[in-house]
Amino acid sequence: MPHFAKPAEGSWTEHYPELGTAPVDYTDSIDPAYYEAERKAVFRRTWLNVGRVEQVPKTGSYYTKELAVVDTSLIIVRGKDGEIRAFHNMCRHRGNKLVWNDFPGEEVKGTCRQFTCKYHAWRYSLNGELTFIQQEEEFFGVDKSSYGLKSVRCEVWEGFIFVNLDPAAQPLADYLGEFAKGLEGYPFHEMTEVFTYKAEVGSNWKLFIDAFAEFYHAPVLHQKQAVKDEADKLLRVGFEGLHYELHDPHAMISSWGGMSPPKDVNMVKPIERVLRSGLFGPWDRPDIEGLDPLPPALNPARHKAWGTDSFHFYPNFMLLIWAPGWYLTYHYWPTAVDRHLFEANLYFVPAKTAAQRLAHELAAVTFKEYALQDANTLEATQTMLKSRVISEFPLCDQELLLRALHKVTADYVKEYRDAAAR
Amino acid sequence: MPLPAEFASLEPFSDWILVTERERYAKRLASSMAEMQAFYDAAFPLLEPATTYLEQFPVDSLPDPERNLLLLMMSLVTVSFPVEVWKQARVPDSGAAYLDLVSEPAV
Repeated sequence: MPHFAKPAEGSWTEHYPELGTAPVDYTDSIDPAYYEAERKAVFRRTWLNVGRVEQVPKTGSYYTKELAVVDTSLIIVRGKDGEIRAFHNMCRHRGNKLVWNDFPGEEVKGTCRQFTCKYHAWRYSLNGELTFIQQEEEFFGVDKSSYGLKSVRCEVWEGFIFVNLDPAAQPLADYLGEFAKGLEGYPFHEMTEVFTYKAEVGSNWKLFIDAFAEFYHAPVLHQKQAVKDEADKLLRVGFEGLHYELHDPHAMISSWGGMSPPKDVNMVKPIERVLRSGLFGPWDRPDIEGLDPLPPALNPARHKAWGTDSFHFYPNFMLLIWAPGWYLTYHYWPTAVDRHLFEANLYFVPAKTAAQRLAHELAAVTFKEYALQDANTLEATQTMLKSRVISEFPLCDQELLLRALHKVTADYVKEYRDAAAR
Repeated sequence: MPLPAEFASLEPFSDWILVTERERYAKRLASSMAEMQAFYDAAFPLLEPATTYLEQFPVDSLPDPERNLLLLMMSLVTVSFPVEVWKQARVPDSGAAYLDLVSEPAV
């Protein structure tokens, strides 16, 4: 008997009949040809989140973003008109990378009035126009107005900056769809105290999304994180989501979270009791507008034990919003069929007191303890998948988002391959 | 590395006054359980008094001794997992996995 109500069909998975309930083929995570198809079919066609507006606070603020998956580097910059634009990080003269410091592969950030190429001093304005050619008279009728930086589609949703390499892509708001609409108004802009984590992980990008798209694993893999009685209870009961929802290609899982604050302080560790914080974040909500009432997409089951919602915006951006008033993002940037760069950002309302700062620190430290256990399973999975001894795996109802991720990706790849064959 | 007078008893542990998470985490991995337990036993009872004491200062402009105290308590947070849960410096089942904190709120 489920603790939380399931749809009339009897399961979350059967509520979405197009997914089926059959075992899922994970060849999609080891096949180099499939990965090459994903790069074109998915990453060159979908909206990719590359940061937040706080990273470009004023005119001339810029940062670069290395996107190995689509073989490019981008410059994200705020212009004199306040607009945020994205350009390929490439000089029009002979293709040198335009903005970088000592190492061409490292991302950089800063503020400038214009971009000047290191190589021959060609200059570009903040909105990408070519403004100066060194020894212009030596050239053969180069019309500067035709040699601006090559731009990339760039749109902003609730302060999140997205790019799309497909000039014909639908507008960002249409792509993000219902979940995004239902999250509008959440006070993301108040949560500007950021912890940024990075790691290179030896697995296919989809495997780490899999790991964070279900909590079925949590009472098992993380059982040593809780005090003994609590861990035993969690393991006995298992995990059930409060609610699942798919809006192709995106998905969400809503989860309970009785730990913030806990019903009984003996459920948590001594440091959590003193600092009033833990995995689910600080127990005391920040004093800002916008947390009550919450936007309608949050806590869709309207459950009083609600703890966190995870939104997976396809392909590689996850947004987790926690009941106590903070949020977290995950990005998974593929670099090869069996490698990706993982990035996590934790966002809090800036601490005013040492107690608040320490509460944030404890949430951040706890996040890392959990994430290290999650990350470590991935290489183990990747190497065994690569053996091809077994390629089909049964997924349970609590793993609905994984089923959706692999299906949606297969749909994109099929559409691309069919179009290429025509 | 001075601490506020009320917390002078923690001065033997001033090598835990570290500015970045990377340094705090590296020191955790390089320390024995006995070293972390000694630091925890001395600092944990003063955690609540320290947060109460630090209330009187805005956290973004702490004088040096108070800043040192906050950084020391951040190290206490770092060692709390080995001491309270793991009984070892590393996260169990984390093998070769790593996760670098590349940017954090300044103290």
